[in-house]
Amino acid sequence: MIEVKNLYKSFDSKDVLKDIDATFEDGKTNLIIGQSGSGKTVFMKCIVGLFEPDSGKLLYDGRDLLAMRKKEKKNLRKEIGMIFQNAALFDSMTTMENVMFPLQMFSKMTWREQMHRAMFCLDRVNLLDAKNKYPGEISGGMQKRVAIARAIALNPKYLFCDEPNSGLDPQTSLLIDELIHDITHEYNMTTIVNTHDMNSVMGIGEKIIYLYGGHKEWEGNKDEIFNVNNKKLNDFIFASDLFRKVKEVENQEEDEGKK
Amino acid sequence: MIKGLTTLGRYLSLMGQVFSKPERIKVYFKEFIREIATLGVDSIGIVVLISLFIGAVITIQIKLNIESPWMPRWTVGYVTREILVLEFSSSIMCLILAGKVGSNIASEIGTMRVTQQIDALEIMGVNSACYLILPKVLALMVFIPLLVTFGIIAGILGAYATCWFGGIMNATDLEAGLQYEFKEWYIWCSFIKSIFFAFIIASVSAYFGYTVKGGSNEVGKASTDSVVCCSVLILFADLVLTNLL
Repeated sequence: MIEVKNLYKSFDSKDVLKDIDATFEDGKTNLIIGQSGSGKTVFMKCIVGLFEPDSGKLLYDGRDLLAMRKKEKKNLRKEIGMIFQNAALFDSMTTMENVMFPLQMFSKMTWREQMHRAMFCLDRVNLLDAKNKYPGEISGGMQKRVAIARAIALNPKYLFCDEPNSGLDPQTSLLIDELIHDITHEYNMTTIVNTHDMNSVMGIGEKIIYLYGGHKEWEGNKDEIFNVNNKKLNDFIFASDLFRKVKEVENQEEDEGKK
Repeated sequence: MIKGLTTLGRYLSLMGQVFSKPERIKVYFKEFIREIATLGVDSIGIVVLISLFIGAVITIQIKLNIESPWMPRWTVGYVTREILVLEFSSSIMCLILAGKVGSNIASEIGTMRVTQQIDALEIMGVNSACYLILPKVLALMVFIPLLVTFGIIAGILGAYATCWFGGIMNATDLEAGLQYEFKEWYIWCSFIKSIFFAFIIASVSAYFGYTVKGGSNEVGKASTDSVVCCSVLILFADLVLTNLL
């Protein structure tokens, strides 16, 4: 479980995150949603330690990241897997080498064991056939899947995904969402996904935090999000024609039911 | 002034991270070997080609402009050797390498920065500065004496070529000049200077690449800035080292 308490972050005296409290639970896909510029990426980068917050607490199963020594932080990082917006695979390595990299760096496995583990992870994301290809030779969706395989190679306790669906078609997005969701449950990880894709929200949003202007505007789950009486959140959700129409049909059905 | 000091402080801080204990020696050694191939072996061709031509041009220029009946016949060979060994093979060659290798390092690391590959390393708990920069710095420092040697040999062959194919002068006179009062220490001076220059090229270029912020434009700018900065620092270091050695 990851707990965030009274988190503040500013850049050049501009407040980007204001007093955020949040709890991200084990075995659940926790979503951070919000418009572009609402502070989602900064929030995630603060949680993983890429940015240092101005104040607040970040507790990883009770261990405060901000109070940790360098060595403790390094050890914690071995428990973290992250999928970046653009996959961030190492260009000079094949997909297999990308997945093997964290194992080579931090595991005590023999080379053969590392190979087996990497093959298992690639198989888990259905990419065993592409094991000898370089990132530049595979599609964006495949790169994201390799990034997932690399992220789970060390069996992390915490998985972070920064807009994993950006730039992908709806079908591939669905595939990535399902993969993240399944892996979260399979390994009982604490997964945090940063997204503004409403399809992801409705698909895997077991816990959702809505950020607006750098503060937490709403918290709930996918079953509650459609019926919330919050103008800012409604504006965000129903900016999509599809969801607006779904809501209209739902309202019509409710009205007919009452009659 | 303050900006310069800030940059120096950041550079030194980065070097502090670079020269720390690697997480896994085996992985770093693999990178070191890869960098020797990329930065060193791949530069042999250009070093040999340039040295060959410069050696020939120096010989022709000295023959045409310096030699006179009042001077010994070995003067051309002697001056060619001194120029090749003392300045060309180390300083000028490193200025050329600052363009080839320096821009390569800055753009490679800069691209890794803007595509979040460095962030990915940091998230994994890898000391990204050490992993990316240390093998490059060591590889270039280890390999550069070999490039200097290739440069000297190719330069001398270029000088001979003017005798064999151009008929500019007698090869025996050239050989006499090349061997006249040869001091082995000058070769060592060249090696020592080139090792310092290699450190400057690899570390300064890596600094420019590592601290890139933005996108592809900034990577291009970092690459250009690194070449300019390396060239100036090499010239300055050359002045200091020539005085000291």
